[in-house]
Amino acid sequence: MTDTEQISTISRVSLEVNGVSREVEVEHRLTLADCLRHKLNLTGTHIGCEHGACGSCTVLVDKRARRSCLTLAVQVEGASILTVEGLAEPNGDLHPLQTAFHNNHGLQCGFCTPGLLMTLMEFLSENQDPTEDEVREAISGNLCRCTGYQSIVGSAIQAASILRQSR
Amino acid sequence: MKPSAFKYVKPDSIRSVLEIISTNENVKILAGGQSLMPMINMRFVLPDVVLDLSQIPGMNEIKFSGESIKIGAMTRQREIIESKLLIKNCPLFVEATSLIGHRQTRNWGTIGGSLCHLDPSAELPVVARALDAVIHIESIRGKRKLAVADLPLFYMTPAIEPDELVTEIEFTPWSAGHGWGFFEFSRRVGDFAIVSAAALIELERSKTVCRASLVLGGVGSGPVRCKEAEEILLNYSEPDLIEKVCDSLRNIEVGGDSQASTKYRRHLIGVMTKRALRTAFERAQQPVIS
Repeated sequence: MTDTEQISTISRVSLEVNGVSREVEVEHRLTLADCLRHKLNLTGTHIGCEHGACGSCTVLVDKRARRSCLTLAVQVEGASILTVEGLAEPNGDLHPLQTAFHNNHGLQCGFCTPGLLMTLMEFLSENQDPTEDEVREAISGNLCRCTGYQSIVGSAIQAASILRQSR
Repeated sequence: MKPSAFKYVKPDSIRSVLEIISTNENVKILAGGQSLMPMINMRFVLPDVVLDLSQIPGMNEIKFSGESIKIGAMTRQREIIESKLLIKNCPLFVEATSLIGHRQTRNWGTIGGSLCHLDPSAELPVVARALDAVIHIESIRGKRKLAVADLPLFYMTPAIEPDELVTEIEFTPWSAGHGWGFFEFSRRVGDFAIVSAAALIELERSKTVCRASLVLGGVGSGPVRCKEAEEILLNYSEPDLIEKVCDSLRNIEVGGDSQASTKYRRHLIGVMTKRALRTAFERAQQPVIS
């Protein structure tokens, strides 16, 4: 594979998104964020800055939080992706983390919410009983332009408590 | 979509990487992508080929031979933080790495990528310099080793040729019972540090300093090793030792930019150095738990 001239700039990529196997044809330069939104019509993942500063596009790739704007769709061949659309039950029941955001006014305009939810999904799976400071450190890579951090932190603390009780 | 068009390749061996980078021009090597991808998205970088290293087996291993520790270039920052081997033998590495960016970026950012990107404020080059680390480099022409001291040519430019690949970094851990400290100042959690300081201290009979390493980040175009300060640490055992060290740092050449003025950086050098040294001394004075 030394002669890259022969390699096309379009590839077919197989991946699992929210438990469903998908196959898409993508240009190599297409980011995972754009692939999710434009190829798979999963517009729950938001794109804010497109250079890794705002965290809005965070999704889980093989259970690890990742900025989908800093990831090429071709990179996630064979990977398992979880986006905000995969959080609620198929019948529409919200995930406890979403419920906690709802209860605590954890979203104002809602733009940063999908990224915050996905970041917190990873964080709460690793830290079941976090302090406020730990939550603030965990979401430091997610910007909320409404600056509603107080209620976002409150939502995360309540979600942790709901999740502990359901274990 | 923002990046310019390029071809993406994902070789599964170091050999095929070396062949591709020796026969193609304008190849960009993609490690964790936490710095390269923003530059590609903003079209600061317009590669013809993006070469992804993630498929190559064994490039993310952390090994201790008994003498030296080797960290594979594709080791993620998260793996460094979680490495029991590093927590035990080189806690400075772990402490500094946990200050890099955010959890989403640490999950994927790599040590090799950070060293090659060589941001003047980055934590890992500072730590690697403090430990006198050596970088292992391969190309189709052969293998070589490069001291981290000789890595920066100038601003964000490592002394690595376009046909070369960084495969691992190697260093000798300090003896059990050494003290360490890493402090940085940034305006928000996870931002690039304006100034950072790394300190390593080894004490003899819990009193005199027998070995010292002090490196500053964010001050020049690469990590700045403070040799004069290290000499002072070795030769004095007075209570105002740290003050003397900070006085010696007044002569260091410091640049100013839109982030912070020269004057402010100078102030931060003193504060960060004091914190790093004090912490390193405290830890060196604690009994060794094996």
